[in-house]
Amino acid sequence: MKIAGKQLLWGEYQKEIATDKYFYARSCIRQNFFPASEYTFLKILREELGKDIYEDPRHTTCTGIVYHTDLVRIETTMTVIARQFALMTESGYKNYVASCITSFGLYNEILDLWEHHPAMEQKAKELLWKATKREFEKPLNIAHASDIIYKFRNEIAARGKFRLINKDTGKPLRGVEHIGCHYSRMFPHKGVGGAEYPYVLAGMIEAFGGEVIDYPERRHCCGFGFRQYIVKANRGFSVASSKKKFESMAPYKPDFILTNCPGCPYFLDRWQYAISELEGVTYGEKGHGIPVLTYEELAGLILGYNPWDLGLQVHQVAMEPLLEKIGIPFDPAKKYLGIDDKFLGKPENPSLLKVY
Amino acid sequence: MKHILVIGGGVAGLEASIRLSELGFSVSIIEQADKLGGKLNRWDRLFPNSLPAKDLLQELESRLNSNIQAHLNAQISAIQKNKNEFEVTITGGLHLSVDAVLVTTGFEVFDANKKEEYGYGIYDNVITSAELEETLRNGGELLTIDGKKPNRIGIIHCVGSRDEKAGNTYCSQVCCITAVKQAIEIREQLPESEIFCFYMDLRMFGRHFENIYKDAQIKHEVQFIRGRLSEAFENSDGSLMLKVEDTLLGKPLKMNVDMVILMVGMVPSANSNHIKNILKLKTAADDGFFSPADKHYESLKTDMPGIFIAGACSGPKTMENTINEARAVSIQIAEYLKSNKHHSITQILETVKL
Repeated sequence: MKIAGKQLLWGEYQKEIATDKYFYARSCIRQNFFPASEYTFLKILREELGKDIYEDPRHTTCTGIVYHTDLVRIETTMTVIARQFALMTESGYKNYVASCITSFGLYNEILDLWEHHPAMEQKAKELLWKATKREFEKPLNIAHASDIIYKFRNEIAARGKFRLINKDTGKPLRGVEHIGCHYSRMFPHKGVGGAEYPYVLAGMIEAFGGEVIDYPERRHCCGFGFRQYIVKANRGFSVASSKKKFESMAPYKPDFILTNCPGCPYFLDRWQYAISELEGVTYGEKGHGIPVLTYEELAGLILGYNPWDLGLQVHQVAMEPLLEKIGIPFDPAKKYLGIDDKFLGKPENPSLLKVY
Repeated sequence: MKHILVIGGGVAGLEASIRLSELGFSVSIIEQADKLGGKLNRWDRLFPNSLPAKDLLQELESRLNSNIQAHLNAQISAIQKNKNEFEVTITGGLHLSVDAVLVTTGFEVFDANKKEEYGYGIYDNVITSAELEETLRNGGELLTIDGKKPNRIGIIHCVGSRDEKAGNTYCSQVCCITAVKQAIEIREQLPESEIFCFYMDLRMFGRHFENIYKDAQIKHEVQFIRGRLSEAFENSDGSLMLKVEDTLLGKPLKMNVDMVILMVGMVPSANSNHIKNILKLKTAADDGFFSPADKHYESLKTDMPGIFIAGACSGPKTMENTINEARAVSIQIAEYLKSNKHHSITQILETVKL
């Protein structure tokens, strides 16, 4: 592997990312799967980096899930997205930040559609006006939330209390990254590092002291694939896709998987349990799985946030082995305690996948 | 003695210069490299008869004579037309007055870095057909980055050709037969190796090409799989995993190979673009190569009197066709200098009484 070749390519895919004054749009599903990720993102931007980031409680889904399962017309999607932009316009912000990769891809797709077919943009304006009496301006800058963390990765690393270094060996921890298909596959220049050798997550891992592993099935789908999972009869494809990735990455012995998209951490995390039950196979060390993180969770760990405040207890694959390698302290007794030490309930142990 | 400027000292430029000098003209060759011969300095053996490129170059060089003056490491800075003469300025301040200009600026191979998904420039064991030619020319063995003999080799056709994503929709003509030639050469060097050619269509248009293709399958056991490479990945041992669809079986295919050779197509040379700007020559919108005055009858003339084109600067072509064009353009330049007229097809047709 020639790193210089990758660096040359990365140089061609540097996107402009706004430095402040963001309008934030949440994901439909991330708060359910990884409940503290979006909260952590806002906390890092506001409290660590001193940025102005605004979210409007009236914002909705972008329609991405139903769009990619062919259940809505493009006019519906355009109008909903136009409404999101209208909320941004009304609030006085111009830099749109999407929490979700699918949303980010869909915003770029609609903006591209409007650029090439101005009549469609006019139609979206008319439909939005008829439906809501709102008007909108297109964002000056559009970024995925990981772009923002990437942009300030060195500042976060500088403020951090921990590094991605094995405290016992002093060696960098090794991570694999998965950017999600909709981040830059459709528009390579909209993603940091392009589509084939993306740098957005790799850059974070490097800045936080870790080492990135490239593995043969790195580009393969995480297993979500929309119809692979949403259509129940297709779920075998979903598990098979994730399994293909685990088997490809396992020989490299990654310490963690870093993800970008709402679906990717979910499927790469939960399917490790399902595969252990179905096939009797685990992919991590000593019967554990390979810990899966969102980029906000990783940044939060580096900054020294309490792992249980980051929501790591709701991961299927135990995160404790990674915390121990880094040297992050955690209190096992508080793992399942919520706000005001309210007991959240404890999940049953899997029959094979080792948990703490 | 009439004086002709030849821009580019590759096969077309050399052959045309020799022919023009033998017709009694004085020729100045402007070559940007430090030696004449162009791609003949890089290629090993030429299809269809495995003629060593060195031999062809030697033959051409042996026929250079005192009426041909070559300026190496030189570039054209400016060309001004003054009645029937061209005033030429060359880098370094040299000035020439010439009566006709022949552009033979050739081609460059497609930059394989642009096919990011194939991993050229990133994966250690991905090379181009041009690099393989140079290895073979220098008597080298085909080895992996670890110095081992590759057991399984994937040859990828149409890299940068017939590829809308790469911006090149045209066929580069020579890559299919080059792949077959190189596959046979590898099998001769490494008889134990397995070779898989991944192709869209096999365009064996030239004389003997089809038989060479048949020999590759029957005598040399090269395997041809109809399907375009989707992606290549590097395994931990440096070997490569290929994802491709076998379009005849209608099945996706995953295969590990030790090496990948990319059959890079032809693109207009940087020097062609430089000369295009200086001479205000027309190029085709769909491929960027020089446009002739007429595709059938005036394929070696531009629409500017006194300026001619030959060889791969006007589109992908074989060495054989390049040499034939060089000879033909010499006659056309001689006719032009004799009459000082640049007949266009329209003018000729106007003289024909129907």
